[in-house]
Amino acid sequence: MSTRTTSKQREVLGVSALRPDGLAKTQGTFSFSSDYTADNMLWGATLRSPHPYARIISIDISEAIKIDGVETVLLASDVPGKLTYGLIASDQPVFASEFVRYMGEPIAAVAADHPETCRRALDAIVVHYEVLKPLTSIEDALNPNTPSIHPDGNVFRHQHILHGDANATGDIVVEGEYEIGMQDQAFLGLEAALAYPDSDGSGIELVVATQWLHEDQKQIADCLAMPKEKVRLQLGGVGGAFGAREDISLQVHTCLLALRTGRPVKMQYTREESFFGHVHRHPGVISLKHHVTNEGRIVKIEGTMKLDGGAYASTSSAVLINGVTHIQGPYKCPNAVFDGYAVRTNNPPCGAMRGFGVVQACFAHEGQMDKIAKAVGKSPVEVRLLNAMEKGDTLITGQPVESVAPVARCIRETDALPLPEPLSLSAGTMELPGGSGRTSELHNIKRGIGWGVSIKNLMYSEGFDDSAEARCTLGDGVATLKFATAEVGQGFVVLAQQIARTVLGVDVVVLDRIDTNIGSAGSTSASRQTWMSGGAVDGACRLVRERLFEHVAHMHGLDPLQLIIEDTDIVDTMGPLRISVSEASKGVKITQTFLHQHRKTEELDENGQGNCHVAFAFVAHRAVVDVDVELGLVKVVQIATAQDVGRSLNPLALLGQIEGGIAQGLGLAVMEEIIMQNGIVKNPSFTDYLLPTALDAPDVLFIPIEEPDPQAPLGAKGVGEPPCISVTPAIVAAIRDATGIDLKRTPVRPQDICL
Amino acid sequence: MSTSSEIYSLRVNGTDQHVKDAWIGESLLYVLRERLGFMGSKGACEQGECGSCTVLINNDAVCSCLVMAASAIDTDIITVEGLAPSESPNDIQQAFVAEGAVQCGFCTPGLIVAVHHLLETNSSPSEIEVKEALSGNICRCTGYGRIFSAVQLVISQREKSIS
Ligand code: FES
Ligand code: FES
Repeated sequence: MSTRTTSKQREVLGVSALRPDGLAKTQGTFSFSSDYTADNMLWGATLRSPHPYARIISIDISEAIKIDGVETVLLASDVPGKLTYGLIASDQPVFASEFVRYMGEPIAAVAADHPETCRRALDAIVVHYEVLKPLTSIEDALNPNTPSIHPDGNVFRHQHILHGDANATGDIVVEGEYEIGMQDQAFLGLEAALAYPDSDGSGIELVVATQWLHEDQKQIADCLAMPKEKVRLQLGGVGGAFGAREDISLQVHTCLLALRTGRPVKMQYTREESFFGHVHRHPGVISLKHHVTNEGRIVKIEGTMKLDGGAYASTSSAVLINGVTHIQGPYKCPNAVFDGYAVRTNNPPCGAMRGFGVVQACFAHEGQMDKIAKAVGKSPVEVRLLNAMEKGDTLITGQPVESVAPVARCIRETDALPLPEPLSLSAGTMELPGGSGRTSELHNIKRGIGWGVSIKNLMYSEGFDDSAEARCTLGDGVATLKFATAEVGQGFVVLAQQIARTVLGVDVVVLDRIDTNIGSAGSTSASRQTWMSGGAVDGACRLVRERLFEHVAHMHGLDPLQLIIEDTDIVDTMGPLRISVSEASKGVKITQTFLHQHRKTEELDENGQGNCHVAFAFVAHRAVVDVDVELGLVKVVQIATAQDVGRSLNPLALLGQIEGGIAQGLGLAVMEEIIMQNGIVKNPSFTDYLLPTALDAPDVLFIPIEEPDPQAPLGAKGVGEPPCISVTPAIVAAIRDATGIDLKRTPVRPQDICL
Repeated sequence: MSTSSEIYSLRVNGTDQHVKDAWIGESLLYVLRERLGFMGSKGACEQGECGSCTVLINNDAVCSCLVMAASAIDTDIITVEGLAPSESPNDIQQAFVAEGAVQCGFCTPGLIVAVHHLLETNSSPSEIEVKEALSGNICRCTGYGRIFSAVQLVISQREKSIS
């Protein structure tokens, strides 16, 4: 596949246009949120609980405040407004005052002249705790006899699903239990923000790396007891997000410190603190029972999904709904009885991470598909094709999949991609499982192949009023775009430029600062910004084009409806007029704002029925692995994938999303897990929490499936999440294939294979 | 910090830089960024695990988070800013953009320094040598595929320009 842009090509939609921030990022001149500094700036830092569950008896800050260079120490009693925050339920304290409910929960914040002074001040704060026995298991949380660890109770949500005939049975029953470990988003750019208080203390400006400026603004303003417009947010460069920046982390603390001291305050987490400072992917346990015909057709599914949401609600309730409503996978399933639970424990809070509940569901349903294949004597591909969902089929919520659903095509095209060469007898150590640390023999290495296929909802669900705003200004041949869409690395900045070039026939597209001086764009999550903010930019540009046509038509005595854009010209379809857009827009200034909204969704009823999602995307993955069965080491050799993208708007950026998502799914399959022991996080560092490196990267073969979605403003589906969903079960299936072991959990650890 | 009183100089990108009032425990990464304003070096682990802070010291690629700044006196320190003038990015920087090797970009400056160092020491590395050389630089966004393409592009362009 050729992805490079030639110099002659205009960088419009469909072309591998290059990111406008790319060069600055290679030169180190792009400003991430951690790169901002201010004159007279102080540093902020957070005191965190060492216990997963304890009662706070007393907090003594008297020694800390005496340290030279320390300007202030803040506690819960210093919060002027709301004492809690949260995306869906406001249940998380800004600072703990009575109880700490997870290891790492914030208790106090300090501002001082140097990070080292901050560290010493934190050391000097004396907190007396009555340590309590933490609630750390899902089963205990579900037990009604367990005392509540929070006034809101120990269950965030229970959702029952009853679809079709509860008593339906098939010829064969296939059962499985699946377990998913806690994954961290591990973005590289640590949490960082710089707050500038207004001189009279009546407002504040915050530069922050976030996924959703306006939601942060709302939650911060409530805690500061300020009107929203007094809290002005600007997006600082974001070093990756993957869901971890959807919740508040240091935003409120930074603002409080700045307002208290009257000086700019910068906060920046360390890597260890980052593991405590943001939510993680929900660990969970899923039991599934499939009733199938002798042929392997799914008749009914039954089971439960139990997710550990940790100490505070974050997005647990939404993650759960995503999980349970996708538990059938991309397959026809006429009957279902299913129950999902998201519970509160004294483990770290869990919330959004790329794939949002569907990663967990997919690990279970794909494990089941392989079991079904075995039970009926079919191949993994055959059984998936037999059950593949088509347009018009329904989810177990009763919602029809109305738009494009090329499941079978994703599977077939993936299957047609070439398999890798067999492992060569002369392969170097670095190409084998274990790499340079390998100590075993070539004959212990077994190859395996596995499959994973998934369905993922796009955008927000359950009636959430989800919109995105954008503004376009055209003058003198230059288009300027304004939006509050968080660019987190995904490349919306280049997409926005491509849209404007395509719609308006301009080549120069200036991007205004990303801040709260325009309406919300919603969150950069749920694979929604191409559809939502893309739709908003497209809409604003189209409105500007209409005005421009009216202007030109007026000048030349034409009907504006006759005019079209051809490359960089305005052309009269009924006559000889051809005028360049730069010429036509000389001396004019046209500004238009557009609000894009997707179609309404519904809440689920008590049986989990309702059209709760907006749209869906599909993907298939085939994994090839080499496993050292003696040492339990795995090398992922190749991932082949075909993904339903609607329309490829930027092939190079698309490929980047595919490969990046695959690496994260690989991480969850074989190495990434936050290890918990009785509420204690055992590995909060990059030394102990392992991430895929360049040597772990598999060869990726990718085919985009382009069937434009008529409901999508640009025909394109969001592509961010699907790549990381079914790749995990595909890799685990390949390890099962290589070893013959019935692996139930992910990530697969060496001891799961060789002991 | 009020207890600090050290003064020393570092030679960064060929120019002597005076570090005033520094606390002696500061890492080279901290001094480069917070005292001297070389923001190109990034910190993502401060433990030598991610490579975001990679700089050259006497032509060796090192993690600046693991070096005490004051111990780097009398060395030649090159940061990403010193690899090429800002108005004329080098071939590695251009290839990273052209091949889509940049997403969030937080890993990128460290990778640019690491690739520069690799190609200075080995002008035609094999695929596996490239992977090995870059395995100390974590990228969470790209999955590395486009980074490998960028490196291959530079290698082939340089080979072409020699022949
Ligand atoms: S910050 Fe130095 S290696 Fe990660
Ligand atoms: S581009 Fe984001 S970490 Fe590499």
